[in-house]
Amino acid sequence: MSFLNYLISGLSLGSIYALIALGYTMVYGIAKMLNFAHGDIIMVGGFTVFTAISSFQFSPAISIITGIIVCTVLGVVIEKVAYKPLRNASSLSVLITAIGVSYLLQNLALLIFGSSSQNFSSVVTMKPWQINKQLVISGETIVTIIVTTAIMIALTLFVNKSKPGKAMLAVSEDKGAAQLMGINVNKTISVTFAIGSALAAVAGILLCSLYPQINAYTGQMPGIKAFIAAVLGGIGSIPGAMIGGILLGIIENLSKAYISTQLADAISFAVLIIVLIIKPTGILGKKITEKV
Amino acid sequence: MKKRIFSIALAGTMILSGLVGCSGKKSDALVIGGIGPLTGENAQYGEAVRNGAQLAVDEINAAGGVGTNGMKLELNFQDDEGDSEKAVNAYNTLKDNGMQLLMGTVTSKPCIAVSEYTYSDNMFMLTPSGSAIDCTKYDNAFRVCFTDPTQGKSSAQYIGVNDLATKVAVIYDSSSDYSAGIYDAFVAEAKNQGIEIVITQAFTKDSKTDFSVQIQKVKESGAELVFLPIYYNEAALILQQASSAGVTAKVFGCDGLDGIINQLAGDASLAEGVMLLTPFSVNSSDETTKKFVSAYKTAFSNELPNQFAADAYDAIYAIKAALEQAKVTDLEIDASELCDLLKIAMTKINIDGVTGEMAWTAAGERAKDPVPMKIVNGTYVAM
Repeated sequence: MSFLNYLISGLSLGSIYALIALGYTMVYGIAKMLNFAHGDIIMVGGFTVFTAISSFQFSPAISIITGIIVCTVLGVVIEKVAYKPLRNASSLSVLITAIGVSYLLQNLALLIFGSSSQNFSSVVTMKPWQINKQLVISGETIVTIIVTTAIMIALTLFVNKSKPGKAMLAVSEDKGAAQLMGINVNKTISVTFAIGSALAAVAGILLCSLYPQINAYTGQMPGIKAFIAAVLGGIGSIPGAMIGGILLGIIENLSKAYISTQLADAISFAVLIIVLIIKPTGILGKKITEKV
Repeated sequence: MKKRIFSIALAGTMILSGLVGCSGKKSDALVIGGIGPLTGENAQYGEAVRNGAQLAVDEINAAGGVGTNGMKLELNFQDDEGDSEKAVNAYNTLKDNGMQLLMGTVTSKPCIAVSEYTYSDNMFMLTPSGSAIDCTKYDNAFRVCFTDPTQGKSSAQYIGVNDLATKVAVIYDSSSDYSAGIYDAFVAEAKNQGIEIVITQAFTKDSKTDFSVQIQKVKESGAELVFLPIYYNEAALILQQASSAGVTAKVFGCDGLDGIINQLAGDASLAEGVMLLTPFSVNSSDETTKKFVSAYKTAFSNELPNQFAADAYDAIYAIKAALEQAKVTDLEIDASELCDLLKIAMTKINIDGVTGEMAWTAAGERAKDPVPMKIVNGTYVAM
């Protein structure tokens, strides 16, 4: 019974990793850059909802929408201001810029909201689901798993069926050829950042509902974990990010449960190293892509 | 005639004010240096200390300063990001800026590093919150908080003597000196008290949001009491997650747990019955504490003080008392000379602060052990 418990909490943690990993992987697939500021978008999403609820007394639904809109706009603005001028620069410069943006966002949050953790009131009102005396699943866990599954299905459909989605696939395959075929590459990249950031906002809201505290560093560790998840699944691959995220969440929780609570993070990072050694392209990665 | 006296007086004041201007003193107050993390992951502790200390300095200056000649105090607080090397740099900067005594540092590791320098410089230091044993190993160093081992030992003794539980589970932060220090002392003393530690679950600073595994294990262990030698942020998450997992064990913690009621704003009833060994309680009905809490809230946009702020507030008042005890009236007193005076004065003072009665031993420790409190109906009640 306790195994099921570990599995379910691993699944909900993994779902959040997967949502964040989607943003990493999509941006990598299209812009061939690692957007290390992605983790901090999660924090911005969380803080936006926190402010909307506590300072403006918005209803949870409106707060969530506000959070998603703010993050989407922020993602696009960051891309336009920080990354677009470096489109033809070396990947190292872009990487450093991304880290710079990450610090900027963290320190802005420190300035605005202070350094102590704020209470985040969960946007989920669902009651815990008591299956029996040993197995209790919290409402947040259930909502997280359902929302993530729904988003993944929607995203897969969007990418494979819709025109902007197909344009994204084309750009990720060959930027030059896509441009020759009349695809607006810059617009496609903006759309990718917008979607990735919107997903990060959702992940941020779910994360803060699951663990109801928020501070300037809330997004840091989940962001790094999601990056591992993206690499594990094969960076650049959307289904890979989903599988990688959920797998990593479960690995992390089971190693906490059966190996050591202190070594769980080390094991997560060891997974990254092993994947890079054995199958550098990840579980679903197709071709060897350049690594930063 | 009147006019002439007036003009002479005026000329006199002008000459005097000119002299004051030329005297070359950088500041017209005694300079207390402060070091702590204002940015980085431990920023909340450093900020609390700076705020608490600043509040005390402002209060003292507004009330007419220190001693018979109303000497004013000035706080110069520098950021060390919780890093030893930066703390030493901050210490040197402060010395260049005319620091005469040090209130710091906030966190233990930098505190130990800086204490090596204060010792060789013979600079008086009073750390509000450096709780590792080595922070006060030299005779020029004193502290406001209790040491980690003292807290761990007192906790085990209290649990044992009062038969609170025989089966105890511990969840602690193995990446924090504070938490690990309390834990080690607790384990050592638990043996003497006949307490069986049925399970120990650690976490690290990189994974301190998800406690589902630790809580599940505690639940399965059948522990009657969970000992949490950690800070209130993580403890709040543990209480929330434990409640949704249906854990009913009692909870016992140390001074890091103070502030937990406010961190559980969503459902403060989760903290009901939590016992904690703390010298300061933000929800206390004590007059001194109430006055401090309301002044702090007014000064710092409604934020509530935690035990770091309280320790720092008391540190400044202890410095004031020691200065008065030593009859220091010279603003430009040399730091080393001041240190010799304060070292002796600190062991003679006995004042009431927000962290209780304060008196010090020559080893730099508080003379009295901490007392446990219990949260009943959202306030702290002495046990």
